[in-house]
Amino acid sequence: MQINKILKLKISTLIFALLFVINSTFAQDHANSENSGKPKKFDAGETITEHIIDAHEWHIVTLGNKVVALPLPIIIYNPNSGLDFFMSSKFDEEAVYNNYKLIDGKIKVVAEDGKTIDEAKSSSIIDFSITKNVLAIFVSVAIMLFIFISVANTYKKAPGATPKGLQSFIEPIIIFVRDDVAKASIGKKYERFMPYLLTVFFFIWINNLLGLIPILPGGANVTGNIAVTLTLAVLTFIIILFSGNKHYWRHILAMPGVPAWVLFLLTPIEILGVFLRPFVLMIRLFANISAGHIIALSFFSLIFIFGEMSTGLGFGVSIVSVAFTVFMMFLELLVAFLQAYVFTLLSAIYFGAAVEDGHHEHEEEHAGQVAHH
Amino acid sequence: MKLVQPEIGLIFWMCVTFLIVLFLLRKFAWKPILKMIGEREDSITSSLVAAQKAREELANLKATSEEVMKAAHAEKDALLREARDIKDKIIAEAKNTAQEEGRKIINQAKESITSEKNAALRQLKEQVVSMAIDASSIILKHQLTDPKQQEALIEAYLNEVKAN
Repeated sequence: MQINKILKLKISTLIFALLFVINSTFAQDHANSENSGKPKKFDAGETITEHIIDAHEWHIVTLGNKVVALPLPIIIYNPNSGLDFFMSSKFDEEAVYNNYKLIDGKIKVVAEDGKTIDEAKSSSIIDFSITKNVLAIFVSVAIMLFIFISVANTYKKAPGATPKGLQSFIEPIIIFVRDDVAKASIGKKYERFMPYLLTVFFFIWINNLLGLIPILPGGANVTGNIAVTLTLAVLTFIIILFSGNKHYWRHILAMPGVPAWVLFLLTPIEILGVFLRPFVLMIRLFANISAGHIIALSFFSLIFIFGEMSTGLGFGVSIVSVAFTVFMMFLELLVAFLQAYVFTLLSAIYFGAAVEDGHHEHEEEHAGQVAHH
Repeated sequence: MKLVQPEIGLIFWMCVTFLIVLFLLRKFAWKPILKMIGEREDSITSSLVAAQKAREELANLKATSEEVMKAAHAEKDALLREARDIKDKIIAEAKNTAQEEGRKIINQAKESITSEKNAALRQLKEQVVSMAIDASSIILKHQLTDPKQQEALIEAYLNEVKAN
């Protein structure tokens, strides 16, 4: 029984991994044929970048020369003509549509002659398209709303009852965030930060997990996208700014008990620190999740690099690559939780510093002074 | 390089979506869930405290009941001992009195027997004396001339006495 289960698990993981392979190879072919019309040498860097950056269509699979992709709505704000709205399938076959052209994932404005790119106009348009990542965010958000509102309804239906079903899976995590993240780092005033911390935690975690699934609706690298982590970090930053009390700002602008000449050095560092903290939050999440995707994709790229040398070698390497990727997947499952936890924990610690009461620390200072005397 | 260039469109959608979700979840999920969890925790804590209290009270009750039982046992023992003592005393006393009474009664009986015997003896003596006197008087009355007559007379008299 046990062995059967393990076998089944292994087989399903292999199928997942294989889907990943198919996805990555054919996408590469597709990209190659688009760019030059004839197959060129496999470029691992390009393949990996294409897989982890945002896109205007959701690539599902390429069979032979046929690309199966989910077209996504393109919304462009053009200062000359206002909002333009059309589907990304209009860009198929390198077409120019409505004076717009998709070049390397960026929408550019084509000049009057219909061939050259008008760079000045291209930089003046703003792209509000529902890209792959935007759609992935919508999907994750829909999952979150469904899970948590239905769980909340379970609570309402049977108040005080023992948790069951989804509720019993979610509740320990909520209690974990409340007790080990919020209460531990913020203290008494933790309650007002709970909605943000819980939302951030589950948003990051669910998106990290969805990013591990190679096919639609997963596979988008949402939490490994700098724009997403930037938004989250900025939200944390804004909350810190608005909840910081007098005591917090005094410690940043003029640390009490520090000689004036030291303040000349310390205050700029502290002010820099205020911006640095959310910046590091942004980079950490982005880098960790992207790195996970890059490593997994690199293992698969190895197959094609060796495959170009000889088919047999590629086949041999594929076994090793799949094994490594399976291992990476498990590691990424851990990282998915860990990064959500770290982002939430650090946000909570910064909130805690911002709302901390001065009394406690002043007492310590007094105690220190007495000890010095 | 494309990797680290944030797209304004994505930031916009991310902001809008995230804030809406934050608002919705805050209102419809986090607040009710946290409230319910908190309430349940409170009720669990309070019931645990109540259970602890009840346990303590029960222990107290047990201790007091045990004490009461012990006291009752002690009292019972004391009462029994006392009763036994009293019984023994009463029995002993009764025995003593009975013995004394018996002795007294015996003594009295002995005394009365002696006195009765003495009285009877005295009466007998008196009767003998009076009979002797009677007989002598009778003899004297018949002018005891003839000794034969005298003897006959005495014999007749003695017979009379014997017959009596």
